[in-house]
Amino acid sequence: MHHATISTLARQLAEKRLSSVEVTRHFLRRISTLSARYNCFITVDEEQSLAQARAADALRAAGRAQPMTGIPVAQKDIFCAKGWLTTCGSKILGNFVAPYDAHVVERLNGAGAVILGKTNMDEFAMGSSNETSHHGPVRNPWDIETVPGGSSGGSAAAVAARLAPGATGTDTGGSIRQPAALTGVSGLKPTYGVVSRYGMIAFASSLDQGGPMAKSAGDLALLLNVMAGFDARDSTSLERDPEDYTRELARPVAGLRIGLPREFFAQGVSPDVARSVDGAVAEFRKLGCETVEVGLPNMRLSVPVYYVLAPAEASSNLARYDGVRYGYRAPEFTDLMDMYKKTRAQGFGAEVKRRILIGTYVLSHGYYDAYYIRAQKLRRLIAADFTEAFKRCDVIMGPTSPTTAFRLGEKSGDPVQMYLSDIYTIAVNLAGLPGMSVPCGFDAKGLPVGLQIIGNYFREAQILNVAHQYQLATDWHTRAPRGID
Amino acid sequence: MALSLDDVRRVAHLARIAVEEAEVERALTDLNGIFELIGEMEAVDVAGIEPMAHAQDVVLRLREDAVSERDQHALFQSVAPQVEEDLYLVPKVIE
Repeated sequence: MHHATISTLARQLAEKRLSSVEVTRHFLRRISTLSARYNCFITVDEEQSLAQARAADALRAAGRAQPMTGIPVAQKDIFCAKGWLTTCGSKILGNFVAPYDAHVVERLNGAGAVILGKTNMDEFAMGSSNETSHHGPVRNPWDIETVPGGSSGGSAAAVAARLAPGATGTDTGGSIRQPAALTGVSGLKPTYGVVSRYGMIAFASSLDQGGPMAKSAGDLALLLNVMAGFDARDSTSLERDPEDYTRELARPVAGLRIGLPREFFAQGVSPDVARSVDGAVAEFRKLGCETVEVGLPNMRLSVPVYYVLAPAEASSNLARYDGVRYGYRAPEFTDLMDMYKKTRAQGFGAEVKRRILIGTYVLSHGYYDAYYIRAQKLRRLIAADFTEAFKRCDVIMGPTSPTTAFRLGEKSGDPVQMYLSDIYTIAVNLAGLPGMSVPCGFDAKGLPVGLQIIGNYFREAQILNVAHQYQLATDWHTRAPRGID
Repeated sequence: MALSLDDVRRVAHLARIAVEEAEVERALTDLNGIFELIGEMEAVDVAGIEPMAHAQDVVLRLREDAVSERDQHALFQSVAPQVEEDLYLVPKVIE
């Protein structure tokens, strides 16, 4: 049952061959046995999950089921869920039981889906390896001495280990796509503004986007159908006509023009990754696609630009964690200022503090123009490169990550080394474009490689179609790690 | 652009994060490493380029000037560290 896609489970539920309670119990049992090995869940609440499952079965009996009704979905612990501990991977929210639902949670609950638990993540979504969580690192199910990627490492590992048929993630600089690549699952970051950020704990407001993670493009489309949509409570949510993201899946891709940026295939990509991605491109040529070399000349600036903008926005967003109205408060302090300083020093981990300090500096008097405004100007150049490239191609492809999963501790000593692992994903967030990662092979050690597929604004249906056609012709996305059955 | 120990202390104060004297050196090394990365932005000519805050050309939405929220302070204060008579308690500020 746990190898089945959401599409298959949904059909079996519709045909009444399975109940939501049975499906949910199956995954909860697996979680109780296997989750500790990977540390992918922070909170599991069997009673709440089963209560939702029973409600889903009742909806179905009353003839009011929707496609996602009864499907258990793991929620990244960045989404507020009413009555659930919501920690964002941090000690400073270690005791925070959310009093309201995020828009994404509300939509999934409203569709009759079941919250399977809250997944582990890098603290405040800041990380590329899921090693900064207050709740300990997540381990990659393909090799537990390696990282699953981050910051949505818990969601990725849960799907990879078949502990959840689908999960939510968030992506600010690659945090859905990169862990999807490192764990051999599929993940999608929508166009900025398509998924509401209401109730999604803020890291960098101009970059954050919630999105689905699952085993197949078809499943991502089903999840996105529920997650996407206008929400007046998010000032950056876009008012657009609702879309059915499954509508283009079946279209043949013959004649599709695939742009291959020379900057994505330069030195720095590991040979195993290059080989698998080249293999994927060859597969697309067999399906009748054309390839064209494109240039993204300003892409080399994306990491420095991101590490000005994201920490700046984070320093503002994390100013609210002061021990006054919710969350951790330092046990001892002399006065109010001391309370603020000790609460934040004790409550935040090292990486979060580093980024807040950088952000505070680049926004401070005398430096704002030189850093923040300059970075925003370079952001426009980076986005313009993509617009130019999309005049000559329909989608852009390349490796999601320059390497496969690295070992725990390998990069955590040098922040800059860690930042460089996002080199292919960050530009997509800066431009606000939709992007996906799908499995496309393995390295010599059996670790997964991800193919990144980038679409033009609002072309999620197209990149899902491209991924789906690839997944009909190949079976990388069906492979599962050993030892999970 | 390299920072100084004083820069670290100043920024830590602005950010309301206590940094022990023993940690200030370590913080400085970390931050300088990151600023070296950021320094790569310097080389590019940005004359005449408009800053980009948002991918789409959007403006802030307006809404009716009517009450849309309801009083849920009991629920929201149920997660507070210290509350008394509907007020959040913090150390005294005015002597």
